[in-house]
Parts: sequence; C-alpha cells; structure tokens
Amino acid sequence: MGLLDKHGVIERNATLLLVAGLVTVSIGGIVEIAPLFYLENTIEEVEGMRPYTPLELAGRNIYIREGCYNCHSQMIRPFRDEVERYGHYSLAAESMYDHPFQWGSKRTGPDLARVGDRYSNEWHVQHLKDPQSLVPESVMPSYSFLAEADLGFRAQDHLVANQRVGVPYTQEMVDNADADLKAQADPDADWDGLEARYPKAVLGDFDGDPTRLTEMDALVAYMQMLGTLVDFSSYDAQANYR
Amino acid sequence: MSKKEIDEISGVETTGHEWDGIKELNTPMPRWWLWTFYGTIVWAVIYCILYPAIPLINGATPGILGYSSRAELAQNVAAADEAKQEFVSQINDMEVGAVLDNSDLTRFAVAGGESAYKVYCSQCHGAGAEGAVGFPNLNDDEWIWGGTIDEIYATISHGVRYEADDDTRVGEMPAFGEFWERDQVRATAHYVASLSGDEHDEAYLEEGKTLFEENCTACHGEDAGGIAELGAPSLNDAIWLYGGGVEAISAQINNPQHGAMPAWQERLGDATVKQLAVYVHSLGGGQ
Repeated sequence: MGLLDKHGVIERNATLLLVAGLVTVSIGGIVEIAPLFYLENTIEEVEGMRPYTPLELAGRNIYIREGCYNCHSQMIRPFRDEVERYGHYSLAAESMYDHPFQWGSKRTGPDLARVGDRYSNEWHVQHLKDPQSLVPESVMPSYSFLAEADLGFRAQDHLVANQRVGVPYTQEMVDNADADLKAQADPDADWDGLEARYPKAVLGDFDGDPTRLTEMDALVAYMQMLGTLVDFSSYDAQANYR
Repeated sequence: MSKKEIDEISGVETTGHEWDGIKELNTPMPRWWLWTFYGTIVWAVIYCILYPAIPLINGATPGILGYSSRAELAQNVAAADEAKQEFVSQINDMEVGAVLDNSDLTRFAVAGGESAYKVYCSQCHGAGAEGAVGFPNLNDDEWIWGGTIDEIYATISHGVRYEADDDTRVGEMPAFGEFWERDQVRATAHYVASLSGDEHDEAYLEEGKTLFEENCTACHGEDAGGIAELGAPSLNDAIWLYGGGVEAISAQINNPQHGAMPAWQERLGDATVKQLAVYVHSLGGGQ
C-alpha cells in the first residue's frame, strides 16, 4: 500500500502530473500506432496500385465535397455476407494513395469500395441524376447539377499537393496533368500517354455529352475505377492471413 | 495521511484533508464495481494470450488459438460452398431446362438465383423485378428476347448489345426520323398506340397502318406481336419499355434508344447463371 498512497505527490505537483500524463499517453501511442509503420503485415504490397488519374482525383474531390462518405463506406470487411455482396475484402494497400481515405463507418447506401466496372456509365449518370428512377426505394438525393457544372479543377496543383504528402506522382505526370484531365473523358483524344502513365484507366465520355467536361464526368470516372486496380490473380490470400 | 481518522457520523474513513472544518470522506469503490474492473484486467491478459495482440519487432504475437479473420472468412466461404456443392454440381452437369424437372433442384435454384439477382440484377431491373424505364420488367409475359428457360439463360449468359461478348444479343431498329417526314412518324405512332388501346387520333390510323405494314412488320411481326429472335418487342400488349403514349412512341420511332445488358456467364459462372435463369423464369412470365 505504500506506493499507492504516494499518488498525493503527483496530484500536488502540476508539472509532475503533466509529465506523467504525457508518458502514459505516449506508451499507448507507441504500442498502438508505431508498429503500424514498420510491421510488414500492415504494409502488404499488392500488384496494380497506381496514383489516381487527374480526372479520378477531381471526381474524388467531388465525392468528398458532396459528402458521399456520410452514407457510403469504401471498406469491405472480411465477412462472408460482405464478400458475397461487394466482392473481395478491401486491402489496406488499396487506400495507400488516399488523402484522406474514405473507409467510412456508416452505410445508409451500399459500400462502394468495388463499384468500379460494375455498372455502365449510363447507369451511373441516370442514377446520380434521379436515383429513384432506377431504385424506387432509394433515399439518395439527386445530383443532376453535376451534369450541368463544368469541371473546374487545377489538376497540376492537386497533383503537386499529393506529391508533397507522399503520392508518387512523377514529374511527367505533373507536367501532363491538365492535358490528361481533359483527355480521359474525350473520345477523340490520343490516349497513349495517359494509358502508359495510368494503367487500367477507364477512358471515354462518361456523362453522355462528349463536348463538355463536367463534374459528372469526373465523379463517374472515379466511381468506375474504384476497387479495380489490384490484380487479385497475383494476390496470395493465404500468405496474407491475419 | 498516515493516521487513519474515522468520521464520527458516517463511520467512514476520511482522507485526512480538511478545509474550514469540512473533511473529505474516503469512501471505497463498491465491491461489485471493483471486482468487475479486476475481472476486465484478467480477461485482457487471457485475451492477449489467446488472440493476436502484442506488436513486436517482426509481427504481432499470434495467440495460441491461431485466429485470423481472413482465414475464418475463407473457412466460412468454403463451408457454404460445400453445403451447396451437392446441388450446384448437379445443376452444373445438366441442361438448364432439366433443372425445372426436378423440384428439389428448382427450389434450390430459385433461392440461389434470388440471392444472386439481388446482388447483380436488382439495380437495373428493380428489387421486385418490376423494371424501370429502359429496363424491362421481368414479372410480365412480354419477353423481348424470348421467355423460355433456354432463351432467358442465353440472354443472361451473353448479355444484350454487350460488345465484349461475341455471342451477345444484337438487334437494332433504324432511326426512322432520318428518312421519314414528321407526319409519317406521327401517323405510325398513333397507329401503334391504337394497337394497345392507348389514346390516339383516328384520323392518322389509315396512313399509320399502311406505313406500319410496309416498314415495321418485318421485325415486329404481322400482328405486331414481336419477334423474339430479332429482339423486336411486341407492340400490341400495352407494355412499353420506353413509355407508352404517342409522344414516347414517336420519340422511339424517330431515334430509338437501345438498352444494353452485361454478359454474366464469365463473371458469375455457369451454375449461378442457370440459377438466375430459373429464378427469372419462375417470376411469373416464364414460358
């Protein structure tokens, strides 16, 4: 009991209390957070991840701006019901270029981690304009204004900003950012450079109006790549059990 | 502090602190609370031993149960697959039509098909298969590409106007707006509306009938009942994919919209597609 009775010493000395508090919190931080940065099984590497194309990045910003994350998660948990509905469970590496990640914890609508390549562009556009025309029981609001809004996105600046927080955009990607932004949704563009820089990028007009680059183009381009990058044929699930 | 002092009124030990004659009682925690608290500490230790817990240099302690959420998932999926295996392998080995002859298999296929339908089909065809503008209703007995079990199976397998599949269903109606006068479009639309008893203007019927017989019957049939081989829908049953009424029909004659559906054979596998076909066939309109 002798030591326990000494708590009065800490309680009477504000500086000592502060230092002791800091030490206690640091232990928690060191044990819980620090290992995530060096443990191999939290930084599993996968084939196929690449930074977002400028248009996808613009779409991602609209996704965040419109608060899509309030109702849609992007995180498929390793449970049978989720895997059978949404596809392969999410890997940490799949959000490695997300600043911030969009995992979310609230599903009023379905998870979107693997919505890419699941529906046609036309479906997405109609669904964003008038969700109830396709899913009568849906409570999602209409986002028809996206098709009317010209996309204003300073692609180069956004790429540089992402570069500064560690996304491996090359100088070539940054230099071509503004051109790539326009080219991805333009059916008449020369896509060779874009495809080489961003493999698996979904190309072509997204919003049904090839003459304009709208926010709808950007958001649908982002939707169509979600969860499609990782090549699961080369992913060894058993080696990554945890 | 070292000297214990008992409060006279409550009989509880005091902390020894005193402010203006007021003393602080040192009431102990309730025992049940204290023991619950100790219990959680003991449980934490046990949990750390059983399950993955403490991070070390090269990884976390694995725990003596060897638990892994991903391995558990793999087991659950394998167990579910095995439970279905008896039926799935039978369905795999037979023609889709033969499934309907076996009531056990049909029951299984309808349930399996329904769950696949909810994941992959409901977004366009509706949770109750009621369809939407541009997406056919699957409960009625109008079938654009045929309503027999084999035709439904073929449509689901290869899709409609789905370029990536060589065997996909293809059918295209010409845009009559490009070579017809507006009056001709209008007259035909009124005639087509009349076939289903929709509102129409009698004055157009004669011209519309002539135009229809000369231009439309080759695909939509002499009686406008549709020809499934060509994907030409029936026009006399008041079921409209892109809306009824003279306006919507005119628009469709002028510049027809053509819906598309993905091919599912490669994506879902044969057994699931067969189950889907049986489910869709069971919805009420299967022929």
